[in-house]
Amino acid sequence: MTEKTAPGPIAPPSRQSLDVDIACVGFGPATAGFLTTLSRRLADASRPPLPSLASPGLPLQVVCYERADDAGFGVSGVVTRARAIRAAFPDLDPAQIPMAAPVREEKVLYLVDPVGASRRSVTLRAADRTLRAFHGVDHDSFELPWTPEFLHKTEGIVFSIGQLMQWMAGQVMAQGTVQIWPGTPVAEALIEGQAVRGVRLLDQGVDRQGRPGAGYLPGMDVHAALTVVADGPVGAVGRQLDQTLGMPGRNARREWAVGMKLVVDLPEDTPLSAGTVLHTFGFPEPEIFGFLYVHPDRVASVGIFVPSWFDSPTRTSYRYLQHYVQHPALWRYLQSARLRSWGAKSLLESGRRGEPFLVGDGFARIGEGSGSTNVLTSSGVDEAFATGVQLGEGVIELLEAQRPFTRPNLETAYVTRRRQSWVEQEGRVSERARDGFQRGVVTGLVGMALSGLTGGRASLGHEPPHPADQVGSVETFYAGKIPAAEVARIRADCEKRGVPLHDALMDRAGWPPIPMDGQVLVSQQDALLLGGKVQAPPGYADHVVFLDPELCRACGKRVCVEICSAEAIRPGDAGTPAFDREKCVHCGACLWSCPTRLSGTERVNLEFRAGAGGLHSAEN
Amino acid sequence: MPAYQILVLGSIVPDPLQTLEPLTTPQGPGLKNEAMLPHVLDPWAAHALYEAASLVAKGAASKVTLVALGPKAKLQQVMMAVGQKVPFELLALDGPASGFTDAHEVSARLSEAVARLPGLDRSALLLFGGWESASRGAGVTLQMVGEQLGIYDQFFGVDELTVEPDGALRILERVEGGKHQVSRCAGPPAVLGWATGNLPEPRNNPQVGMANMRALLPALQKASPTPAGIGGVRFESVVVPRVTRETRIVKDQSVDEIARELVEWIRKD
Repeated sequence: MTEKTAPGPIAPPSRQSLDVDIACVGFGPATAGFLTTLSRRLADASRPPLPSLASPGLPLQVVCYERADDAGFGVSGVVTRARAIRAAFPDLDPAQIPMAAPVREEKVLYLVDPVGASRRSVTLRAADRTLRAFHGVDHDSFELPWTPEFLHKTEGIVFSIGQLMQWMAGQVMAQGTVQIWPGTPVAEALIEGQAVRGVRLLDQGVDRQGRPGAGYLPGMDVHAALTVVADGPVGAVGRQLDQTLGMPGRNARREWAVGMKLVVDLPEDTPLSAGTVLHTFGFPEPEIFGFLYVHPDRVASVGIFVPSWFDSPTRTSYRYLQHYVQHPALWRYLQSARLRSWGAKSLLESGRRGEPFLVGDGFARIGEGSGSTNVLTSSGVDEAFATGVQLGEGVIELLEAQRPFTRPNLETAYVTRRRQSWVEQEGRVSERARDGFQRGVVTGLVGMALSGLTGGRASLGHEPPHPADQVGSVETFYAGKIPAAEVARIRADCEKRGVPLHDALMDRAGWPPIPMDGQVLVSQQDALLLGGKVQAPPGYADHVVFLDPELCRACGKRVCVEICSAEAIRPGDAGTPAFDREKCVHCGACLWSCPTRLSGTERVNLEFRAGAGGLHSAEN
Repeated sequence: MPAYQILVLGSIVPDPLQTLEPLTTPQGPGLKNEAMLPHVLDPWAAHALYEAASLVAKGAASKVTLVALGPKAKLQQVMMAVGQKVPFELLALDGPASGFTDAHEVSARLSEAVARLPGLDRSALLLFGGWESASRGAGVTLQMVGEQLGIYDQFFGVDELTVEPDGALRILERVEGGKHQVSRCAGPPAVLGWATGNLPEPRNNPQVGMANMRALLPALQKASPTPAGIGGVRFESVVVPRVTRETRIVKDQSVDEIARELVEWIRKD
């Protein structure tokens, strides 16, 4: 008689590893600058080859892992002076890059509230009345007759960053010396003490909770002598380093904004020409700034920035964007336009004060996540690209001298370059430029002007609070418009219906209903489908995780639900928000909008981990 | 088990998620802002590639070569994603990928390239491709390539290929009614136009990517200019599928109710 035994559990596949020389995390403008610089050197046959230490006998092994499904997905549009980009591409012809156009006209418009629902201070209400009384407004807007030079993008270029990244990825790959791998999220850095030894890629073939399932493939460990961290301000690796290493001095990441935009086809008879740039402020809320950039072939980008210092807990970017595009100053151009694309992205607005440790043993940080954005001139792409070029030059110097990527060597080769550059000098000037906004929009604008006109020597100094502490209460925000008892009734009704609060509150506060036209004014879900073409590949874990459900239940604000750019976070059962990975565009607004801080830390009750998928449009 | 040599003919198409708008360009019919659209490997050809790689993994084939005619820059972009999926070599031809190009011209360029391929062994050759195409192609290119190469054992709508112990090929082709026609082919050379096959999209594997890219990048750099025109064809009109979306979020709706709504929606047309 033979005894049958049940088959034992199948051993999970072991975690594989790979050795390379340089691993980059994220492909954005900064990495484009880095890889452009490095790949040209590697392809230069007139100079000695740079051999690989990871794979002896081969050339230097350089890989870049990008979370999104293609280079250029999930980024943003921009107008930039493009100083660093032009320096790297001296023969740059905007006509060769889809959606790029030289800046031809630049205006700053103050938008008067045409619907009477905006929350305006006494100062702004007086300004509105004065402008109307003196017939200073055209289409409910007032063009500023003068703006400081530091705000101008003269001789700049309007870009779709998606198209620019695709173009730059093509230039880099054409050298044949480095590899860019989209659709490959990096879960974390491999940290030993204070050193980084490479990265671990995200597990595949897991369920929503990360448990192994069919086709389980543990994320590979990629060992690298140098890890270049350029995963942006909400990237998992950059934030992991911040938590592990802390921030230098009093640096902190306190100020944020989410930018949301539409890319539209303008009507055939549009009077707008390519290169037209409009900056706006004053509407839909005074705290919300906006823009319209015109690309070639009657394509335009139009969008808004919703900042962390906007104290409304119902800070819905999408509803505000719909009201913004209907403002008469814009609607005259957009009325017969048609949606091409849509997207959203978080912006780190702390600038130089959000700078982390730039280097350490085995790692260097570049780009927006390294605090390179100039918050006075609202310029980040060119600065990010410049930091990538600076690191590229430094790395080449170290490789040629056969010196290791230690902290002192990277300090000398990269950080010194950066400190001596215009990025640093202008970043210092802008460092405190935004401080006044904590006390109101007008004060903020005065603070910016003061900072810009004095070269950063004067500012309305005020250390910004943690973004979680900047969120006010619904009752306070709508005080004078909606009685507290009615807010409570609306809240109870929305909870019962399982919907966010913002639409009901805005309707009640006097915001008119959105006249959906199926062209530009579409539902938020249609914006995802028609505009963002949002996708989520199967087999990955949820990347938005609510740490303590009890804290979520106790949170009366649920800003994560209200601001979610894609309605991926919705009211869930028993008071805990529910996350739908298939809708997420990875903008990260939920991370800095969570009002529940974990006791004694800078962290909040929401984790924003590495994840796959998101936007599938390269036009943003 | 014999070691076949598998060539997969496949090119790129605009990401099917994008909004496509046909128009007439100076070069003939095209799509608005086509250069801006992200591209993917034609999903039908991708199935063929994954099935081919599966045969290599099982030891039934020695190697897979993807033969792709398309704009070099876009091919390069697509290879960044596809290159992580399965091991393969690339023969890149720098030319148009638009489905408006004449299928006869495209097939001629492809068959010429295949015939010139060093080490081509017709006795071991399996020519794979998509049964159809997500591009605006007529879906006949693969068949013509086979004919131009003198390969007359052709199977289309293939969902499964099994190599039998004697080296014969057992092939399941889709027929009406959700059924399959089972064919037995003595061996290569043969043309197999794949439907969806049975394999899921492979996971991204960085080791595969690293190994692939050492050959893919040089192959892209060597891509020869390969013009293919519209063969004198005049397009009277071009229509893309109408995109209609009505989005609602409805929870806990019964299957019957969903089915009823779908039927009503279909009947609108």
